Amino acid sequence: MIDPKPASYRPAPLIEPGHTFGTITDKISAVVLSGRQPLSWIIVVSIGFMLVGMLGMAVTYLLVKGTGIWGINIPVGWGFAIINFVWWIGIGHAGTLISAILLLLKQGWRTSINRFAEGMTIFAVMCAGLFPLIHTGRPWLAAYWLFPYPNSMSIWPQFRSPLIWDVFAVSTYFTVSLLFWYVGLIPDMATLRDKARSVWVKRAYGFLALGWRGSARHWQRYEHIYLLLAGLSTPLVLSVHTVVSFDFAIGIVPGWHATIFPPYFVAGAIYAGFAMVLTLAIPLRKIYGLEDFITIRHLENMGKVTLLTGMIVGYGYMSEAFFGFYSANKYEGFMILNRMFGPYWFIYWILIFCNIITPQWLWIRRVRTSPLGLFLVAMVVNVGMWLERFVIVVTSLHRDFLPSSWGMYYPTIWDWMTFVGTIGMFLMLFFLFVRLLPMISIFEMRTMAPEARLQKGESH
Amino acid sequence: MAYGADTPPGVYGLMAEFETPTALVEAAKKTYAAGYRKIDTFSPYPIEEAWEAIGHHDRRMSLVVLGGGLAGLLTGVGLQEWVHQLAYPINVAGKPLNSWPQFVPVAFELTILFAALAAVIGMVVLNGLPMPYHPVFNVPRFEHASRDRFFLLVEAVDPQFDRRATLDFLKELNAAEVNEVEP
Repeated sequence: MIDPKPASYRPAPLIEPGHTFGTITDKISAVVLSGRQPLSWIIVVSIGFMLVGMLGMAVTYLLVKGTGIWGINIPVGWGFAIINFVWWIGIGHAGTLISAILLLLKQGWRTSINRFAEGMTIFAVMCAGLFPLIHTGRPWLAAYWLFPYPNSMSIWPQFRSPLIWDVFAVSTYFTVSLLFWYVGLIPDMATLRDKARSVWVKRAYGFLALGWRGSARHWQRYEHIYLLLAGLSTPLVLSVHTVVSFDFAIGIVPGWHATIFPPYFVAGAIYAGFAMVLTLAIPLRKIYGLEDFITIRHLENMGKVTLLTGMIVGYGYMSEAFFGFYSANKYEGFMILNRMFGPYWFIYWILIFCNIITPQWLWIRRVRTSPLGLFLVAMVVNVGMWLERFVIVVTSLHRDFLPSSWGMYYPTIWDWMTFVGTIGMFLMLFFLFVRLLPMISIFEMRTMAPEARLQKGESH
Repeated sequence: MAYGADTPPGVYGLMAEFETPTALVEAAKKTYAAGYRKIDTFSPYPIEEAWEAIGHHDRRMSLVVLGGGLAGLLTGVGLQEWVHQLAYPINVAGKPLNSWPQFVPVAFELTILFAALAAVIGMVVLNGLPMPYHPVFNVPRFEHASRDRFFLLVEAVDPQFDRRATLDFLKELNAAEVNEVEP
């Protein structure tokens, strides 16, 4: 159980005592409306902005010269672009998991973290989507490769290809996440509209709030579709990383052609996503003084989910190694030995250290309830999950069936600039979001306030 | 509409303000029991008891979402079958032209996409949004409806509405304040 309520120990509260509807509203909306931002906000956005400039340079040079500027070549035709794509899309999974699956499971603690986790999802999927697009080298042609529209050549995409499934899965995921996020924001936009004092700020939020006035008739339909959206997003979020894993598993390359891939990828995605939510939540609650709303209990629960999914990922690694030998297929067996002891051996063992050994610290309650401890574990997991994708993509491709076609893969400076550039883009978008929109769902937090409980007695 | 002699022409309704959700739900139940039907409540967060109290439950949203999902499924299946059997048949690894298991992922994604779009568009349209102007915003206190206060509105179009009688009725419901709503 993620969030048990045993009699023996009393977990930290979900919201610190003493808060009312008014204080919740003021505290969260002040971040947006006060107009003053802490110095750390300015520093992060500036760094992010500079890195976006670097990303722009790297992408421009790529479009001028072609993908030859990257380290990819045969046999490793899928280098950083696919590694980063899978890494970012994995990070994007935690947001929908928190907002949809935990909602259906009636996990009340999701309320403080769902909004910015959804924001994180959207920005991570934007970073992810960039990579396959620029990996085509000529993205302006990608329209007829990827989307079914009647073009002048009378040709159509190949729907039997997992790469086309990927296009549909990722674009659907992005659209539905954006809808879910926006629907959640409508009542909060109305709050900001009513609280703002400047006319233009009022108009901007009023435009986005669509004239929301909190009518009971509206709330009823709103709650109804919010639940339905959660129900729709739950299979969707599981399908997206399944389809991403099909990009590998449908192929016949040793190390990719494995039935464990879909569940193992989904668990890895949730693992990476929760690590990133922790990475963002721990500094945010400190910078903006939101410890009353994002309490130690939230951090501890996220630590538990990280530990659980980390164990599933560990099981995935073990079954990969087991099937490598149990299959009695010499290519599969060689692939595992090559991963562990081949030229990229150190990456494999750092990965095992990051993803399997480090999260074991989370068994200790003192680590789970310490923001610093959790932050360090989450950072290591972020690195580890990136290395996992490196191992899957590169070590499987670089030595396949024919020794005459073996080769090595080394990323170039352009690979690194593009990758680090997307981290900057993510940070910049995320911190702009924190500045412009309430990072915690105000109306859902009101339902957590003690006064929201109806007094029984006269009625019923 | 039975206006009193001193009724200003065209009042939209009367709005009572409450300090707690419990008071709002109580008042809404009593108002409904008194025979008023053109009533609405306004709250800063969803209160299930409030829409039950005013006798509102719209089940059409389920049908809208179901319709969206079915439309997406048909689009997904139809598009892929048409492309691969009629418009652009190619032999891939000797698979039959109707290799339907490979059409499942795209059909699934389109089902979800259309259902989600139907849900959001349906909610916005059935709620009559976007509606930048509404008479309730004319009540100065109403900006607290998105913060910490709870409001009950009786519209003037209600057959039972009488400016004086309704005002007195609302005042008896422990309302903190009762205001007229200008149209």
